[in-house]
Amino acid sequence: MNSDTQLDLWEVFIQSKSGQPYIHAGSIHASDMKMAMQNARDTYTRRGEGTSIWVVPSKYIVASNPDDNAMLFDPSNDKIYRHPTFYVMPEGAKNI
Amino acid sequence: MTTKEATFTYTLRLGDDALILGHRLSELCSKAPFIEEDLALTNIALDMIGRAQAMLSHAAELEGKGKTADDLAYRRPEINYYNHLITEQPNGDFAHTIVRQLYLSAFEFLFYCELEKSKDETLAAIAKKASKEVQYHWQHAMDWTIRLGDGTGESKRRMQIALYELWMYTGELFEMDAVDETLIKAGIAVDLTSLKTQWLNLIKNTVTEATLLMPDDTYMQSGSRKGIHSEHLGHILSELQYLQRAYPDAIW
Repeated sequence: MNSDTQLDLWEVFIQSKSGQPYIHAGSIHASDMKMAMQNARDTYTRRGEGTSIWVVPSKYIVASNPDDNAMLFDPSNDKIYRHPTFYVMPEGAKNI
Repeated sequence: MTTKEATFTYTLRLGDDALILGHRLSELCSKAPFIEEDLALTNIALDMIGRAQAMLSHAAELEGKGKTADDLAYRRPEINYYNHLITEQPNGDFAHTIVRQLYLSAFEFLFYCELEKSKDETLAAIAKKASKEVQYHWQHAMDWTIRLGDGTGESKRRMQIALYELWMYTGELFEMDAVDETLIKAGIAVDLTSLKTQWLNLIKNTVTEATLLMPDDTYMQSGSRKGIHSEHLGHILSELQYLQRAYPDAIW
């Protein structure tokens, strides 16, 4: 299955500042945790993008199957009452 | 020699180390073994170029002849460069690049921690920034040394050869002359005597962990304090200085 001749694949998540969520930045190759951290740092935080990094071996990411999209996601399409659009937004409220 | 003249030479030497090694590492741009390492090495190169700019600007100011950092970087002949010989050695295979980083970044890691205490405020400020960068350079070189030394038969063999071949350029890192002595008295320069044992310990521990052998004491190359270089510097300068030599004062 693995025809990639490079090192193992890792996914990189970057937190831009404390309290913010970790956002997927991309992937890198590395042979171990230390190298993964250094490569993530060198590849994705060179311009001050982050203050914290997570690296995860890609093989441990469980992804949904596109064939299941209809079953998984379509049922939420007609439930507009789940959106907070029926409330009046307090003036000056941020991050809602 | 006044303290100011000595500080000029001292700063110039530090600037040249950063400039020449930065140039060497920049040659690896798009040529490293894989893209993440390409970024790692060129990141280190950029740290070096940044430090060179800070050092050479300070040197130009100390010299007081109205020159700029660019004048110093691009308009000097080879004999007026004072970078350590190890910084100008070719990148060779990846093992040579890593061992050059190992020897030098261990030295710079110890050196810049000490230079933070310098009584020359600009040098102390540059050192404070540099020591964070150099700590990472050291970590990077150390990890690769352990990984490759304790890796395959091929990587071990190449690392061992590189350790032996570059060893003769390490003695020079601890040489001191009248410039250093004048400035140590003034509290500006770092006394390298005490760094040598610490450096040797850092290298020994890493080499041992990498299951490699320490090189035996051998003839040590020397000369850069006086501007005497290996054949490699001339070739570096012909590329580095080409534009300013061909089109003086060219800007963009």
